[in-house]
Amino acid sequence: MDLATFLIQVLNGVQYGFTLFLVASGLTLIFGMMGIINLAHGAFYMIGAYLSFWLFGITESLWMAILLGLPIMIVFGYVIERLAISFLYKRDHLYQVLLTYGLILILNEMQKILWGSDFYSVPVPEILSASIPMGNQEYPVYRLFVSFVCMVVAAGMYVVISKTKLGMMIRAGATHREMTQALGINISRVFAIVFSLGAALAGFSGMIDAPLSSVYPGMGDYILIISFVVIVIGGIGSLKGAFVGAMLVGLADTFGKILLPEFSSMVIYALMALVLIWRPQGLFGRQA
Amino acid sequence: MTHSRPLLALLILLLAGLTAFPLFGDEFYQELVIRLMIMGIFAMSLDLLIGFTGLVSFGHAAFFGLSGYMLAIITPEAGPVSIWIALPFCLLVTAGAALVIGWFSVRTSGIYFIMITLAFAQMFYYYFNENQDLGGSDGIFIFYKPTIFIGDFQLLDLNNPHSFYYFVLISLIISYLVLSIILKAPFGQVIRGIHANEARTRALGFNTQRYKLISFVIAGTLAGFAGFLEANLAGIMSPAHLGWHESGTIMMVVILGGMGTLYGPVLGAFAMGFLQDYLQEIWSAHWLLPMGIFVIAVVLFLPGGIAGLIAKLTDKKGDVK
Repeated sequence: MDLATFLIQVLNGVQYGFTLFLVASGLTLIFGMMGIINLAHGAFYMIGAYLSFWLFGITESLWMAILLGLPIMIVFGYVIERLAISFLYKRDHLYQVLLTYGLILILNEMQKILWGSDFYSVPVPEILSASIPMGNQEYPVYRLFVSFVCMVVAAGMYVVISKTKLGMMIRAGATHREMTQALGINISRVFAIVFSLGAALAGFSGMIDAPLSSVYPGMGDYILIISFVVIVIGGIGSLKGAFVGAMLVGLADTFGKILLPEFSSMVIYALMALVLIWRPQGLFGRQA
Repeated sequence: MTHSRPLLALLILLLAGLTAFPLFGDEFYQELVIRLMIMGIFAMSLDLLIGFTGLVSFGHAAFFGLSGYMLAIITPEAGPVSIWIALPFCLLVTAGAALVIGWFSVRTSGIYFIMITLAFAQMFYYYFNENQDLGGSDGIFIFYKPTIFIGDFQLLDLNNPHSFYYFVLISLIISYLVLSIILKAPFGQVIRGIHANEARTRALGFNTQRYKLISFVIAGTLAGFAGFLEANLAGIMSPAHLGWHESGTIMMVVILGGMGTLYGPVLGAFAMGFLQDYLQEIWSAHWLLPMGIFVIAVVLFLPGGIAGLIAKLTDKKGDVK
């Protein structure tokens, strides 16, 4: 592997890691704060991708599609939280798994009814369709752009959670739910906001990812399972863990495909197993 | 487990019905009933984990599918293999896999356990999905059912639909009895203790990790047995058999039937199986949509499952089970 190939693969791995982080961060926040294991989170990613395909078809612009798609995702997340998730706060994980599994069946089927089983693609916006030459290869600008946007979103998330009042409520609600309520904060409203934002993050990730991968049925299932691996490695409930886990998985998956092509799909699970031997609660987890 | 009298009557009736079924049921339904009995064994094995040990495994289909693939691997292209070779081989490989996965998984608990079992099962899924020697995503055919000979005497011909039916029925009964005995034995008391309060059970001096691991291996092996039967029935094994939708479905069967009851998951398998069959008939391509609604409805309105419903209907005096 020459230097250019190596660099390109590092960039690919990091970009994949950022995409995973956007999905996994919502998953881990929703668990850390609300104690909810949400299997339908991957479906939000899929819906985002389909929204960008559908809205692109109408507006002919990815930017417009994202701009219109985000509010749809927020409202959608809010409705799901009110109609289904809010019944689960006091229930066992087992029932959370089952109910959100039922949601996946419904959402996947709705996707098939609305958009069918074909594979679709969304073109890369023209301004970003160039490639940067690297050695004797090229690296698409759009991938760099995606990494950059994700970085901005991640930074924004950090600021919101650590510096704003909403972030304070989120952190307080995660660690001391009753006390926060006693202080007069409507915790169920905060939960609904977090859930909607998590859904929007996953959807956003699906939207900007659509030009890179095709849009196809079941794409949410795949990203969900990988996101699980990410947050198990990072420690469930930890945002920092989700970030480190996403980068590790992104790089491991990318390099696994080159170095161990026959076992590429197993590399990340082996990585997870290794981390678990060392730290059963994940890299940044509080306790098992 | 002491069952109430009406429940006992129901179970005996079910058993009698299953025994007599091939005599007058038509062929299509006979195959469906075989599949449901296999699903019943599979669901009971998961109930040992979810309902009795308190381990919510979301990757149980891995063992079901792995065992089926093992049958495909050990069956030669030219003819059948003896069941005395095939069955121990399938079960040993499955038990080995359960031991390894379990060793990692029981170190964790709660949500970690759910996710880790899921992730390991997906690892198997992708392995078989991408292995072109084993048919990749299309799956692999098993052209010959194993033979059951004792010396030169053919005990049972599995190619005969009736014989196969009774072979599966007896397997179901034996699985039920073996699990009942395990649960009555001191081992069963310990794993129930773990379910009720792991810290206390540990304080009593039990190595709870080891008990959980053993429970995981027993459940995995029994799921492997169900997978062995399924591979025999279907004649094909595909990666979908160990995918997470299969794990989700079987978990749903356990809850629908009523976890922690052993007979409940068998009832759940029949209820779920007939429902699936029915929905596929009316909704054809989009049957998963009403199924999803049904799953949510059960979680919200019937968390105790069918067994819980029966207990409520028959236990008018409010007796404690």
